[in-house]
Amino acid sequence: MTNLFNYIERPSPIHRLTGATKLVCMLLWSFAAMVTYDTRFLALLSIAGAALFLVGNIRTKDVSFMLGFTIVFLFFNNILIYVFSPMHGTGIYGSCTYLTSWHGRYAPTVEQLFYQLNYILKYSATIPVILLFVCTTNPSEFAASLNRIGISYRISYSVSLALRYIPDVQQQYYEISKASQARGVEMSKKASLLKRLKAASNILIPLILSSMGRIETIANAMELRGFGKHKKRTWYMARKFRISDYASMAVSLLLFITALVLNHINNGRFYNPFLNH
Amino acid sequence: MKKLSVKTIVAIGIGAALFFVLGRFVAIPSPIPDTNITTQYGLLAFIAAVFGPIAGLFAGLIGHFFIDFSYGWGVWWSWVIASGVFGLLMGIISRKLRVDEGEFSGKDIAFFNLEQFIAHIISWVIVAPVLDILIYSEPVNKVFTQGLVSAVSNSITTGIIGTLLCLAYAKAIPKKGSLKEED
Repeated sequence: MTNLFNYIERPSPIHRLTGATKLVCMLLWSFAAMVTYDTRFLALLSIAGAALFLVGNIRTKDVSFMLGFTIVFLFFNNILIYVFSPMHGTGIYGSCTYLTSWHGRYAPTVEQLFYQLNYILKYSATIPVILLFVCTTNPSEFAASLNRIGISYRISYSVSLALRYIPDVQQQYYEISKASQARGVEMSKKASLLKRLKAASNILIPLILSSMGRIETIANAMELRGFGKHKKRTWYMARKFRISDYASMAVSLLLFITALVLNHINNGRFYNPFLNH
Repeated sequence: MKKLSVKTIVAIGIGAALFFVLGRFVAIPSPIPDTNITTQYGLLAFIAAVFGPIAGLFAGLIGHFFIDFSYGWGVWWSWVIASGVFGLLMGIISRKLRVDEGEFSGKDIAFFNLEQFIAHIISWVIVAPVLDILIYSEPVNKVFTQGLVSAVSNSITTGIIGTLLCLAYAKAIPKKGSLKEED
């Protein structure tokens, strides 16, 4: 339960960066990968992301479960795209090169395959950094870093509270669920769908209503301690920025600017290799 | 930004924690293989109805962000934002209801379910697909079909769980004016 967020404590240059830096870098990096569909740039980001895994001292073994999940997810999404829109690539790149002599709606075209390759690259460009962020950022420091990048401390404190109470809520859920099952509430596939939904409500109602009491208690405790009186708040987990922090943020910003420049050069979000044909 | 009350801040935190636990662990196996029925939107509708639009917005955003975060399949900003929008809309429309004062009866139930259905349609059939198209350039008909399926299944679970929660909560708290001064 403590390992819910997959934080792995290990000495590495990436672990030594502050949470705020890693958050900014992750956001800039994923925005860079989001705005452009330039194949070359996405390939570069994918390779760089994989290289950062080595720098962060995170092994494939540590993230194999999450990677597996992502691959299954990506696989289904690709199939769905092909089923729903086999001509999407043709629409984007403005040409149509069939791979087979058969020219039906589902006939494979080079453009469609190229579009789906780009779609996969988009993920392989962002997923490494997100996984890296998940594995190298201490969740408690995460809330402090939100405040650092300009989000109101009240909202940051809500994030901290959520992180603090997730294990408690989870524990309570298991207790209520076991108690209900002992009284014969069926949640598995044996019961009909409607019965399962009703059973879930039977567990959720005590869980949520007792959480309402918890909200009251915590709010009172915070009010008694004068929470929200001042404009600012300090954080126990906050750390000072160092040169490496500024450097990594600068590199990420550069990547984001590159993505915008590429969009300008390519006259749109897509890099089109079919124009020269 | 308007100062948030301490109660709203705590409601966001606990609401997000509940949203996370429901979304991550309370999955009801559905008849369609490999898909689960999500129960967290009933909770979100309830939190929004009791604590208002700001609480709904942030509980949805933070809770959904953590779900994506812990699965590690990448953070799907388009769907995270859609969850926030659902909480926000529910909070805005639910102002007409007085769940937090212990009132939730026949007419209110119908109103609550109508609004949750509309809010789901706006979030999953408009907000999420449009963002998917803008951010990821996904095929239009694919994202709208996914959105429609989620809107329908989410509004069914919200209808059952959200309504039951509001009923149970309204019954549990003392009504306004239930205490009278003796003559």
